[in-house]
Amino acid sequence: MTDTAPKLSIADRPRFDCRNAYVETLAELAHDNHRIVGVVNDSVGSSKLDAFKRAFPDRLINVGIAEQDMVGVAAGLANGGRIAFVSAASCFLTARALEQIKADVAYSNRNVKLCGMSPGMAYGELGPTHHSIEDIAWLRAIDNITIVVPADPIETAAAMRWAAEVEGPVFIRVSRMSVPEVYPEDYTFVPGKAVTLRDGGDVTLISNGTVLWRALVAAEQLDDEGISTRVISMPTVKPLDTEAVLRAARETAGIVTAEEATVAGAMGGAVAETVVQNHPTKMKILGVPEFAPTGSASFLLDRYGMSPEGIAEAARALIT
Amino acid sequence: MPVFHRLPQAHRDEQIANIAEAARQIRIQDLKLVHYAGAGHIGGDLSAIDILATLYGAVLNVAPETVDDPERDRFILSKGHIAGALYTTLAAFGFLPVEELATFLKPLSRLNGHPNRNYVRGIEANTGPLGHGLPIAVGHALSAKLDVSRRRTYVLVGDGELQEGSNWEAMMAASHYELDRLTVIADRNRLQQGATVRETNDLEPLDQKATAFGFAVVEVNGHDHGELLDVLSSVPFRPGKPTFVIAHTHKGHPISFMSNNAAWHHKVPSAEQLELALDELAAADGRGGSA
Repeated sequence: MTDTAPKLSIADRPRFDCRNAYVETLAELAHDNHRIVGVVNDSVGSSKLDAFKRAFPDRLINVGIAEQDMVGVAAGLANGGRIAFVSAASCFLTARALEQIKADVAYSNRNVKLCGMSPGMAYGELGPTHHSIEDIAWLRAIDNITIVVPADPIETAAAMRWAAEVEGPVFIRVSRMSVPEVYPEDYTFVPGKAVTLRDGGDVTLISNGTVLWRALVAAEQLDDEGISTRVISMPTVKPLDTEAVLRAARETAGIVTAEEATVAGAMGGAVAETVVQNHPTKMKILGVPEFAPTGSASFLLDRYGMSPEGIAEAARALIT
Repeated sequence: MPVFHRLPQAHRDEQIANIAEAARQIRIQDLKLVHYAGAGHIGGDLSAIDILATLYGAVLNVAPETVDDPERDRFILSKGHIAGALYTTLAAFGFLPVEELATFLKPLSRLNGHPNRNYVRGIEANTGPLGHGLPIAVGHALSAKLDVSRRRTYVLVGDGELQEGSNWEAMMAASHYELDRLTVIADRNRLQQGATVRETNDLEPLDQKATAFGFAVVEVNGHDHGELLDVLSSVPFRPGKPTFVIAHTHKGHPISFMSNNAAWHHKVPSAEQLELALDELAAADGRGGSA
């Protein structure tokens, strides 16, 4: 796709906070479907939901700073036929209410949409208490929940529209760190399907969320060096598109995964589980290996080898 | 076990007699259930059966034919470990074939040690970890309020369970949102797994705590079907306030050697103990009213 836009690198495009797409889409969905409600833990401002609250004052349930109650309440609203979009900082939503996510939402099979705001290391300098690098790994271990990590505002909106239509538990990460648009306006999110953004036969980069555009820039650099690089966007971490992964394992010499999440058991882990059991190949899992030191999200991604240069270097090292 | 019907329109005495006999039969069946399965939580089951029988016998507007009606009242069993009592009650009121109770805890049975709504119609939430039912009940009560519906929400919590902080988060939200069609029933048997609640982490003064959290508080004898019926069908007591019913109960009630004895939290009656217990329940036949 980006092959047809040769000069302007994706790195030079304007950047967007995905929360804006989130709130605009939520308002649109709520306008069209009276069953949709928002549920928050005092996170009206941090979720940018002030306008939603003005438009639908009765349909924004604020339980206060009480995450366990928030997720249980969402499950109860679903019992009453509502579609609850829970909107809270991913670190508190997934850690504090993990048992409610498991029992009340996933195991009970309730129609609840868990929207993890400002995930990964978005809170940067606020430190690991406020980082949610673990959310994907934790939720991946739970049965019956779809996990989506959108890469830009277009995919965030598309994933939300899909989530509002489908019956059942969904977790969507909503990024705060600004990202360029990587998808065309008419992009349709297909759950469980990877999107090949660049084709290539030497090495594969698999990424999602805030790191995807960095992987695309890395691919530009590698292609310039004559390394034909495939870039697979993997918005759905669960269920994983294992076919796309295995095709990459068969057709290229190695796979680098890169994501704003822990190196233990997130998307990289899911890819590794697939590869090692079906078509072992060389892999490098880029992610966050520790409680991060003080720094902005961008600084920390670079530190953990997820600058475009870092990702390109990991790919080079893998196949040479 | 005969199948019972809810009698919402009947004379109060007839309703109470129906509930009393249903409760007696549920106890008989539940004791057998736990004995033959070789596991269960008989103490807590017996503590709550009068409450369950009253709810399904006359209070909730739900029957097997209306189990999917969006306007049905909701009952959420938060103390999910008394699944045996819930299954037996559901069977007594026709939601579940009585013969299926024999599969309780057997491999691949729908009757898991904790209730699963995806397996058994009539179950509203998959509970088991404590402190989950009350937030779910608050969520349902909020949905009813948004729908401007008169459907009611009842949640049964154990008293030991109230040590979980999530209950108090939910109680704050319930009063903040003025959910006066929500009723929390606390099964106040004063015992938890291995000791009294007082020795473990005391709840008292529970009435004052619930009042301070914005609830209208009512205390009842949790084994008196008349008191339970009158209170549970009269909510709300204060407009704009959710109701908190402290149901004073005894774990193991009314079996003489189980009653108020923490050892029977999840002990399994032997064949001989089962026979003794069933004899005691047979002797209670026809007594009706308060057991």
